[in-house]
Amino acid sequence: MASTAVVVDDKDENIWGGGTEPMKSSYGKLMMWFFLLSDAFTFSALLITYGLIRFKSPAFEGDVADFAFSPDRWPLPDFVFNAFPGSHALGVDHAPLVFVGIMTFVLILSSVTMVLAVEAGHRMDRKAVEKWMLWTILGGFTFLGCQAWEWSHFIEGIHVDDLNIFQGANLSQNQYGPPNFAALFFFITGFHGFHVFSGVVLNFIIFYQTTVGILERRGTYEMVEKVGLYWHFVDLVWVFVFTFFYLV
Amino acid sequence: MSITDIQLEENLAHHDDHHDDHHEQSFISKYIFSTDHKMIAKQFLITGIMWAVIGGGLSIIFRLQLGFPGADLSWLKPILGEWIDAEGSIDPEFYLALVTMHGTIMVFFVLTAGLSGTFSNFLIPLQIGARDMASGFMNMLSYWMFFLSSAIMFISLFLETGPAAGGWTVYPPLSILSDAIQGSGGGMTLWLVSMVFFIASTLLGGINYIATVINMRTKGMSFSRLPLTVWAFFITAVIGLLSFPVLVAAALLLVFDRSFGTSFYLSEIFIGGEALPNIGGSPILYQHLFWFLGHPEVYIVILPALGITSEIIATNSRKPIFGYRAMIGSMLAIAFLSFIVWAHHMFVSGLNPFLGSIFMFLTLIIAVPSAVKAFNYITTLWRGNIVFTPAMLFSIGLVSFFISGGLTGIFLGNSALDINLHDTYFVVAHFHLVMGSASFFGLMAGVYHWFPKMFGRMMDKTMGYIHFWLTFVGVYLVFFPLHYIGIAGFPRRYYAFTNFDAFSTFGDLNTFVSIAAIVTFAAQFLFLFNFFNSIFRGRKAPENPWNSNTLEWTTPRNPGHGNWPGPIPTVYRWAYDYSKPGSDSDFIPQHIPLSQTPESNFPHEEELAKSEVISEDNGAHESH
Repeated sequence: MASTAVVVDDKDENIWGGGTEPMKSSYGKLMMWFFLLSDAFTFSALLITYGLIRFKSPAFEGDVADFAFSPDRWPLPDFVFNAFPGSHALGVDHAPLVFVGIMTFVLILSSVTMVLAVEAGHRMDRKAVEKWMLWTILGGFTFLGCQAWEWSHFIEGIHVDDLNIFQGANLSQNQYGPPNFAALFFFITGFHGFHVFSGVVLNFIIFYQTTVGILERRGTYEMVEKVGLYWHFVDLVWVFVFTFFYLV
Repeated sequence: MSITDIQLEENLAHHDDHHDDHHEQSFISKYIFSTDHKMIAKQFLITGIMWAVIGGGLSIIFRLQLGFPGADLSWLKPILGEWIDAEGSIDPEFYLALVTMHGTIMVFFVLTAGLSGTFSNFLIPLQIGARDMASGFMNMLSYWMFFLSSAIMFISLFLETGPAAGGWTVYPPLSILSDAIQGSGGGMTLWLVSMVFFIASTLLGGINYIATVINMRTKGMSFSRLPLTVWAFFITAVIGLLSFPVLVAAALLLVFDRSFGTSFYLSEIFIGGEALPNIGGSPILYQHLFWFLGHPEVYIVILPALGITSEIIATNSRKPIFGYRAMIGSMLAIAFLSFIVWAHHMFVSGLNPFLGSIFMFLTLIIAVPSAVKAFNYITTLWRGNIVFTPAMLFSIGLVSFFISGGLTGIFLGNSALDINLHDTYFVVAHFHLVMGSASFFGLMAGVYHWFPKMFGRMMDKTMGYIHFWLTFVGVYLVFFPLHYIGIAGFPRRYYAFTNFDAFSTFGDLNTFVSIAAIVTFAAQFLFLFNFFNSIFRGRKAPENPWNSNTLEWTTPRNPGHGNWPGPIPTVYRWAYDYSKPGSDSDFIPQHIPLSQTPESNFPHEEELAKSEVISEDNGAHESH
């Protein structure tokens, strides 16, 4: 076959014309993006479910000062999530959303440390990747620990003297509001918590691979970027879960 | 540019490539835990065929009940055991289980996994010019997830309480309450577990298809030169990626309602006069979540079949596909619309009639891109130099079903008419033609067309023709009468109609349908024989038996690991240069440079030819 090759300036070539990676990212990163897109739909479906059931249930009307728990209406989050560890010992009875605020802050901080890990990976700075990955893992564990405390407090309930009133919460009934209030809380924060847990496991694997030098030998810290994408996504989802359950 | 140059580049781009390393593989890594896309495709195909036999067989059993009510079926006892009672009739609850499992198996296991799994895996790398999928390991995992899901669903058929029986849509509250129907016990649990693995398999596969199409096209294979098959698989994968996760959410909530005491879908239910404690949920919520998957799912089923048909009709009409860009545009439009029409399945669920009219409007718009596709097929055939291979006949059959089934979709999309037609046999007739049979014909067309590439041998043509005519006529004989039965008011999923005098005049029509169904089902065994026999004893296939343009026909007869023994061919033109004016040959494959065909170039192509970069080693395995 006679070769009548004419040299063409590569810059003029269509990047979608084949033979290249048009989005300038490896297939692995593309796969992570598409997985996250898909996962976003799962969470959307769950939050839509939350919205529908919540607006089917009567809301509390009247002065906030008169609020009391009742199975007939959706509770105000300020009165459900108003404790932090040791708050009773300190004599603080009502600290609405303080604890969950700290949790959220920790999770967002861990996203910041993840960004720093990715950045260190670009510089091929193994020590810095190790450091920032470790902080990210710690942040993830702290968040999970906080969630465990919050769940156990939620399950235990707020003490009332009336023995006829169910205290605390499980999947079928709770003292705060309609049965589905607690069921949705457990389901959606649990589903998110499962994602955080998987993220911590993934982060740990990558941390391990960094410390033993696997990623350095591979010549790229792209894996840090991939788990980073996942971690930011989990963080972003929490912002929505937080908004739905605690703020609205 | 030398060979080594190119190979270096490729190694950079796809670092997990295996070039033509023909090292011997063990039986397990070659046939079982294979990461080769062609073997995985065959695994999907054969598993899909097994499911099709089971799913079809189940339909024959309930057609016996519908066509011959009260007949003595005790001869089925060796298979069905206790499900046949002492008088020889099918247990009514088992009838519902049969209907449910027929739907589940056909929609998910045959026409989603069997169709997309087979042809996306087989054709994407071969037609875009890639050595394999982006991630062979994930691809293998995708098949084995499907296998696990299949095994669980298969086991559920043998439970004492029977498999799931609440319809393939598994609407709550029926699917939650095992007091209401036994199938909602263990059978339903296994159904849900199986579907979790199924969805995982679909997502693993889909993410892989998308990443492969975006990143691994060979030089010159721009999106506007992709064969329509690959476009269809790509769009299908995107639809699946966005709709299946919603089913995950719906199914998980269902699992919690069934097993952990929540009330997401339950409210104010009485069983045997006893009130259940559950309050605050909504069964309609499940319907919304389900159909947000369920409607796109019908396009997941039909689009790959339409892509396959585009390819086969163009090849065998020896003409370019009519309206290549319109075909892509209409697939994109169908994909987009598929997400905003789901509530047309719920017109009679108490939906606000105003909302119903919006969903009706959106639904009827789908007729436009669908009609574009149908007309484009017909105009491609128009004055073509048609070669009636079995694959071509099945493709034309698909177009026929797509049109005749699509027309009744316009009736059903109408929210006022749907009050009458909802849940009658009219609906059954509609979707069995437009989505069931059409998509099945696409699958068959694909098998007949790409069999030579899959197994290196030809299938028997005569048996193919007989199979086609029996199936084509059979499908119409089965589903056409069902329209009348539906308009007459027969509701679907009823065990028997013998208690209603008004229905007795249609009894013989139902008998006729059942006989037609049995004959059609029997005809499929001819295909099975042809398929398995040809794998071992078929005539050896030439490299390009259909004189086709796409890249898979530039590979050797039995492509090895890595598909092309030499470098991957570069692409210089679209896939549809059939009967190009001026050309001696009636087809010009995609890897032939424009500068080699000055006699047939159009003026704008003549310009392109001047700037073509040609690698000497292109088309390492040229067929002419």
